[in-house]
Order: sequence, then C-alpha cells, then structure tokens
Amino acid sequence: MSDKKLIIAGVVIFVAVVAFPFWFNMGKAAPAPELELTERAKELNHGKCVMPTDYMQSEHMQLLDLWRHSVVRNAKRTFVNTSGQEFNMSLTNTCLDCHANKAEFCDRCHDYASVRPYCWDCHIDNPKETE
Amino acid sequence: MNVKYMYSLLAVIVLFLVSYVLAGTGTAFKVLFGIILPYAALLTFIIGFISRIMNWGRSAVPFRITTTCGQQKSLPWIKPNAIDNPFSKGAVVVRMFLEIVLFRSLFRNTRLKMKVGPKIYYQLEIFLWAGALAFHYAFLTVLLRHLRFFTEPVPLPVRLLETVDSFFRLEVLYDVSQFGLPGVYISGLVLLAAVIYLFLRRILIPNVKYISLAADFFPLFLIFGIAFTGILMRYVAKIDVIAAKELTMGLVTFHPTIPEGLASIFYVHVFFVSILLAYFPFSKLMHLGGIFFSPTRNMPADTRATRHINPWNYPVHVHTYEEYEDEFREKMIDAGLPVVKQPVEAPPEETEEKE
Repeated sequence: MSDKKLIIAGVVIFVAVVAFPFWFNMGKAAPAPELELTERAKELNHGKCVMPTDYMQSEHMQLLDLWRHSVVRNAKRTFVNTSGQEFNMSLTNTCLDCHANKAEFCDRCHDYASVRPYCWDCHIDNPKETE
Repeated sequence: MNVKYMYSLLAVIVLFLVSYVLAGTGTAFKVLFGIILPYAALLTFIIGFISRIMNWGRSAVPFRITTTCGQQKSLPWIKPNAIDNPFSKGAVVVRMFLEIVLFRSLFRNTRLKMKVGPKIYYQLEIFLWAGALAFHYAFLTVLLRHLRFFTEPVPLPVRLLETVDSFFRLEVLYDVSQFGLPGVYISGLVLLAAVIYLFLRRILIPNVKYISLAADFFPLFLIFGIAFTGILMRYVAKIDVIAAKELTMGLVTFHPTIPEGLASIFYVHVFFVSILLAYFPFSKLMHLGGIFFSPTRNMPADTRATRHINPWNYPVHVHTYEEYEDEFREKMIDAGLPVVKQPVEAPPEETEEKE
C-alpha cells in the first residue's frame, strides 16, 4: 500500500533527523580546545588573572560587561579584586596586554562554543600582535 | 488544591532534588546522569517512537472521516474550498503542511457566549493558538540552537539561528549586577513564558481545569524545569560551557567523558531532558508523530467520487434472489407465487397458468 511506503519514509526521515549529531560528527574527534598562555601572562601578577581562573572561565563576560558599564557610564577605571589588587578596567590595555594571543586564547573557546562576542566589533586585535 | 497538578509538580521537584544532590556526591552519579541515562533515554525515545508509529500505521482506517471546513468540489459553477475541503492528494498535503506549521485547527477555537438578552455569539479564542505557536516555535528554536553543543564545527545555519535569536541584545545593567552577556536568546524566555501561560490556562479556566489530568501537567512542569535550568545556567549560575560541550561531544562521538568542574545544575538539566525523551513515546507528546496520522486531516474528502474500501470488509456469503428462486422455484410455483424465471422442463404448467 502507498500509505505503508509513506510511513516507512517518515520513519526513515525521523531517524535521520534524530541521529543528525551522530552522523554529522562521524569519525571526527572533537577534543576541548587547549588554551595557550603567553609568556607575559605566565609572569605578570605571578601568573594570576584579575580573578581566580574558574571564575574567569565562566564569568569573564560578566566582568567585562560591568567594567564597560563602570568606565563608560561612571568614568571609574579602577577595579579592585577580591584580594585587594587594583587593575585598570580595560580590555585592550589590561586583558589583551597579557592575553595578546587572541587566536590561541580567546578564539579557540569562542569558536568551539560557537560564541561571537561583540567585543571585537570595536576592540580589534591587539596591535602588539601585529608587531 | 488539585491533586492532578500537585502530583506532577511534586514529581518534578523530587526529580530535581534527587538529581541535584546525587550529581554533587561523586563521579558515579555524574556518569549515570551524564552518560548512561542520556543514551538509555535516546534509545527509548527512538524505539518507542517508531513502535508507536508502526502500531498506528497498522491500524485500520474503516471510514473516510475527513473534517470539512468549506465547500466541497462539486458542480463546475460552485466554487470549492480546495484546502479546507481537499479533494486531491496534493490539497491534502497542503492542508497537512499548514496544519503542522500554523496550527490552523487551533485557530478555529471559538467559545460560545451569551450576551445580554437572548443572543448567542461565538467569540474567537485566539490565545491558545498564539500560546501554542509561541511555545512550539520557541521550543524548536531552542532545540536547534542546542546543536552548537552537538556539532563540531558548528554548521552555518545553527550560527545564523543564534544570531537571529540574540538579535534584540536585551541587557539590564547596574553598577553591581548585569544581565545580557552572554547574549540573551529571546527563544528561551518565550519558551518559559509560553509554558507558564499553558499551565495557567489549565488551572485558571474552570472547564479546562476540569479536563486536565496529571499527564497534562507533568510535561509542562518538566519543560518548565528544562527551560528554567537552562536559563539559570546561561545567565545566572554560569557553568563552564567548554566542559559542557566536551561532555555532549563525547556522547555524540561515542567517546563519553565526564569533564571536571561541571556544576550539578548541568546534570539536572541533562537529567530532565533525558526524562522528557524517555517519557515522550508513552505520553501525549507523541502528537509530534500523531499529527501525521490524524484521520480527520490526512484523507481527501472525495467520497462522492471514489469509494473508500473498509479494510474490515470480509467476503460475505450472499444468497441472491436468483439463487433463492433456483432453490425454491418448484415450491413457489406449487404455492402459486410468481417466479421470474420460468422452469423450462414444464410446458404443461404454463398452460395451467394461462387458464
């Protein structure tokens, strides 16, 4: 019967759609990206970022957003972290000073997680990288 | 207090607490919630879904019970409604497609109202249709967007969808708190709002409340839980997204791993999704497949032109009048009853009759 054929076709389409992630990634290994720290990032501030690493991993976008708000709206540029250290709130001059390797540091995770931050709309690649 | 929704609510709360506490205790439960249950749930989903579909496919369709909502094709000078009274297979395909993508039969939802005086009128009840559209499309968007966790590299259509979904750049910023980075996906919020609306509808409208069962509330609470934990992980209690993708990519490449440092809330989210998948084939959620099998929608209304053969029809032994007369002809003639076919071997009887 023609209905039987239609139903079988529907089931095949259903399985193909549900199994999409499996056949799309067939034979591909997708390890989590390895981040590279620059020498400067390892040396400066005893290899510590402005906040602890696990905080930075998940919350750096929030911190940057608050920094932007503080600088642009309140003209306050000094950030004091939990251990009392002071930093200049600046993506280009503070973050990218150490993490000058945007391609190996920022982009690897962002590409892996399919995130396209609009930071780079204005903050173009650190000029130091081109030197 | 309505037991029907309280039981469902309690079930979801208990599931939340159990998975939240257990996922925090150690690797063994992380393996359970992050690897074993998702695989088991997906298998249950696929096998259960197909077996229900095949079961429906085997069912007999005794009658052509198309619901018609317009003029049938008849005389050439009467204008037919091709979609709402489909006469050909092509029209049925168009009708089914519009039903599936636009929920046209929900749009027809009307409520009978009495106005002052003896006046009845039918009010267009559009909110269920709008809520259902919002819910289903938000859910679809959320589902497709999650492909970013299940594909590497992420395909362009998924990235485009993410861009469109975060188009509004909703942002709430105060000096100490912020909301809006990572970019706010409107579909997640719409999904949460729609699921709340569909729930409130079931408890606030008395006649809908009366027909609502625990099986109606459970998926709503479960989907609420999924959307809620998802939104929580993205905007509030942020998790390590790279670790999350490591786990999901491990699942789809059949190299499952449990990465370090994933918060318990992530395992709750995955556990809820696993439950939804495993519950799917046994529940009303099967309308995903069932919509294609709606006998009132998927058949052309052409019974005036073609005969619908009932598969229940078995060859009936009929005793026709001719056979009856052959059997009893002589007795009929003896009793003086008229017969159609005269017996050939009895000419003298003919003369008797003439007399």
